[in-house]
Amino acid sequence: MKIIVCVKQVPDTNEVRLDPVTGTLMREGVPSIVNPDDKAGLEAALRLKDQYGAHVTVLSMGPPQADLALRETLAMGADEAVLLTDKAFSGADTWATSSTLASALSDMEYDLIITGRQAIDGDTAQVGPQIAEHLGLVNISYAEDLRVEDDCVVVKRQFEDRYHIIKAKMPCLITALSEMCEPRYMTPGGIFDAYRSREIKTLVRSDLKIDDDNIGLKGSPTRVVKSFTKAVKGKGTVVALDAHDAVDWITDRLQEKFIL
Amino acid sequence: MNKQDYKGVMIVVQQMDNRISGVSYELIGKGKELAEALRTEVTAVLLGYEVESLCAALGKYGADRVLMVDDPALETYMTEPYARAMAAIIERFKPEIVLFGATAIGRDLAPRLSARVHTGLTADCTKLEIDPETRDLMMTRPAFGGNIMATILCSNHRPQMATVRPGVMQRIAPLESVECPVERVRVDGLAEGKNVEILEIVKKENKRQDIQEAKVLVSGGRGMGGPENFSMLEKLADALGGTVSSSRASVDAGWAEKDRQVGQTGKTVRPNLYIACGISGAIQHLAGMEESDVIVAINKDPAAPIFDVADFGVVGDALKILPLLTESIKAIRAEKKGA
Repeated sequence: MKIIVCVKQVPDTNEVRLDPVTGTLMREGVPSIVNPDDKAGLEAALRLKDQYGAHVTVLSMGPPQADLALRETLAMGADEAVLLTDKAFSGADTWATSSTLASALSDMEYDLIITGRQAIDGDTAQVGPQIAEHLGLVNISYAEDLRVEDDCVVVKRQFEDRYHIIKAKMPCLITALSEMCEPRYMTPGGIFDAYRSREIKTLVRSDLKIDDDNIGLKGSPTRVVKSFTKAVKGKGTVVALDAHDAVDWITDRLQEKFIL
Repeated sequence: MNKQDYKGVMIVVQQMDNRISGVSYELIGKGKELAEALRTEVTAVLLGYEVESLCAALGKYGADRVLMVDDPALETYMTEPYARAMAAIIERFKPEIVLFGATAIGRDLAPRLSARVHTGLTADCTKLEIDPETRDLMMTRPAFGGNIMATILCSNHRPQMATVRPGVMQRIAPLESVECPVERVRVDGLAEGKNVEILEIVKKENKRQDIQEAKVLVSGGRGMGGPENFSMLEKLADALGGTVSSSRASVDAGWAEKDRQVGQTGKTVRPNLYIACGISGAIQHLAGMEESDVIVAINKDPAAPIFDVADFGVVGDALKILPLLTESIKAIRAEKKGA
């Protein structure tokens, strides 16, 4: 069985801070990580490798420094890593990102494609289903659990108030939730190899058979025209009182607001 | 593609078990406002099986008309039959705007469709407005975990598609005696689109109030110290007729269920009263609750960002204050009842 896991290198948004004076995003010193949903998807693939000897390839699109994220996936146990990187791909929205990834995937062999549900920098949850559509594959989103039965996957598909157990024939694509599994740590030997002896295959614009209209900024139907920091709501009153006084103060304020 | 050929605002109504999800009414309310700005109509699209009885409610909440695809293949949500039905509707009726709920269904269906009809899709919008000059839809959404906001246009493709999370827009007060014609639309090949097999459907038993429906939320974070202290939140919530919610940290720590989580990766809430206990107020959390009418925050750390959005903040130990507050509120309520 051949599995391809799509991962994205993202800034750890929990560490992003705003400059209190200018209100702009402070990116310096913000660590880059493998997107959590994607990492859970990789773990699911590695478990299938442990169980059935599946071959796991990791694919990422991003700037050259995404190399680091891919080495981490190799150190976790992925067999191969491919980086799609070219200035021509930059500025892509989800539509162009998915069509670029789909173009690379169409030249690769797979039974199963796993993407994360969403990346923590954009939170769109779009690229997985869009890749499936470009490739004409069945997709199952929001996977909480995954197992393989013969030539089918059986997926626990999450909804707000229920889950469906869905069976689909491979090849297909699933989008993984972080809840699906706890990613393993890199092994010391794996880290050593990943940085010393393993190669990451790089694909550039000319390696893909895709129209210029379907990649990068030009291939993106949507465009960010403005970005800004949110206006902060007017600050209320903050008091430091002992517990009894604090309770009286809160109940008084709530009665003034007719909540009590 | 000729932009002028695309007219009207379309809302993709979500139903499960033949019950309409609240976000659909919220989207119709917003769609009506956008349609007024464009001097056009808002159309609700209802997909399902034996769903005719649901149409009247859509008119009450502001739909000018309903397009209904009623087909056995649409009884339970599956990506492909739903995508086929919506793609056919878009092709036939050419709307300029299509809105979806940013739910586990909408966030699967909408991207699949955007790739199929080759148009843009903006996720989890918090603001939708019409540019009066270009008539384009201006879609504003948070990015970088809510740290910044971005306004996005889809100027050269139609329809302009967006998803909106439940609780972000507000439904209109139901209209009395409205005319809302229903048109049945036939789409061929839906049964053939069933390319997966649903082996089992398991509904989560949840007797607790949905945090998006609650008027009062008592919310706990890491500062609660441990799961054993969440009973204090329950007691206060009971006294106030509300329910308990939580920060992501508490969910990650296993102190609270995922369905209790408020914030960017949880739910957006806007109760009348939100009491944040031991929650520092990461921007991702604030993004999910700052629209609450009144916010009370209790936290030991005077520098906690939660105090920036709180109407009333107390620097103190929630574990000491909560039991006293619950007793005090019970006493006040009992007194008022007696009066």
